[in-house]
Amino acid sequence: MPQLDVTTFAPQLVWLAITFAAMFIIMWKIAVPKISDALETRQMRLEDNLKKAEDLQREAEATLASYEKALADARAQAHDDIQKIQQQLQEAAAKEEAELSDKLDARIAESEKAIAAEVEKAMESVRDVAVDVAADAIEKLTGEAPAGGKVEGAVDSVLKS
Amino acid sequence: MAEGQSPLAQFEIKTLVDINVAGIDASFTNSSLFMVLTVATVTLFLVGGMRKSALIPGRWQSMAELSYVFIANMLKDTVGSEGRPYFPFVFTIFMFVLVGNMWGMMPYSFTFTSHIAVTFAMAFFIFVGVTLIAIAKHKLHFLAFFMPPGVPMYMAPLLVPIEIISYLSRPISLSVRLFANMLAGHTLLKVFAGFIISLGIAAGWLPFVFVVALTGLEFVIAFLQAFVFTILTCLYLNDALHLH
Repeated sequence: MPQLDVTTFAPQLVWLAITFAAMFIIMWKIAVPKISDALETRQMRLEDNLKKAEDLQREAEATLASYEKALADARAQAHDDIQKIQQQLQEAAAKEEAELSDKLDARIAESEKAIAAEVEKAMESVRDVAVDVAADAIEKLTGEAPAGGKVEGAVDSVLKS
Repeated sequence: MAEGQSPLAQFEIKTLVDINVAGIDASFTNSSLFMVLTVATVTLFLVGGMRKSALIPGRWQSMAELSYVFIANMLKDTVGSEGRPYFPFVFTIFMFVLVGNMWGMMPYSFTFTSHIAVTFAMAFFIFVGVTLIAIAKHKLHFLAFFMPPGVPMYMAPLLVPIEIISYLSRPISLSVRLFANMLAGHTLLKVFAGFIISLGIAAGWLPFVFVVALTGLEFVIAFLQAFVFTILTCLYLNDALHLH
């Protein structure tokens, strides 16, 4: 069995030591740092990007919130404005209505006054006519003209009752 | 069987260049050649894969990173964060044994892990190193390793020798496992390959099918033994750092 040939041990062990040491130094100084650097860089990039994504998401959420707030504000503002304008319009309408009714009342009062004056005038002419008629009637009946004040006093007392 | 056709002929050490330094035979042999090839392959694989060191790795870089992450996770799972300083060594052990085994799967190649001298040297180096780490870290308290906590005192005369023997047999079991697996697998392949020739066309297809299946199995074993060798190194390191 070649494995038990002791004379081959020395060269095997010498070259094992040389090659293994060489490989260890290559791994230790070159290969392992290279690979671990690459892995670390990638890990850092990943974490960095994840953090960035999180920041962006948070920013987007903040933007959405502020947008929603602006929208709600605008709605409330519009609501207020509409109410204010409605109130103003109502007030204006009420004022106009009041003015109109005042005007109408004034005219009604004026007209009533005119009517009353007219009625008085008519009543007066009725008295004059009545006095004339009464005087004429008395003259025709008695043949003589009544005294000036008597007929008028009688008509007035009849009209008053 | 004729000379050179024995199933064990593949394990013969052949001197390629005679070198003698200070009375020590340091000849460059077929074993040395495959050790050098292993180092070159691993270096090319890792340094070549990482030459661009891209943020999004290609296939080659992914494989290089995968081998790193595989061993890094193994070390983290068995030893924890204290094992980090020993990562380059553990990684070297794994790649050296794995690629050495894989080179051995090439026809006409030589499997340097099939020699007990090589596997025992590695196992013994690990054993001594791990013991020194344990002593440096725990001083005399390291001896408590041989007396598990919670065991009654009267059991000590029985238990301590058992623990010491099991501790001392670690380098033997570690080296023999790898060496024997490689030896047995490669010998079996050769034996069945010999049957193909001797049985001829009539019945030779049967061992041929067997050899094909065995080759697949041998690839699995080549990986598995490298894995086992490395994970046991991690476990020994864990014992040294944490004492049970």
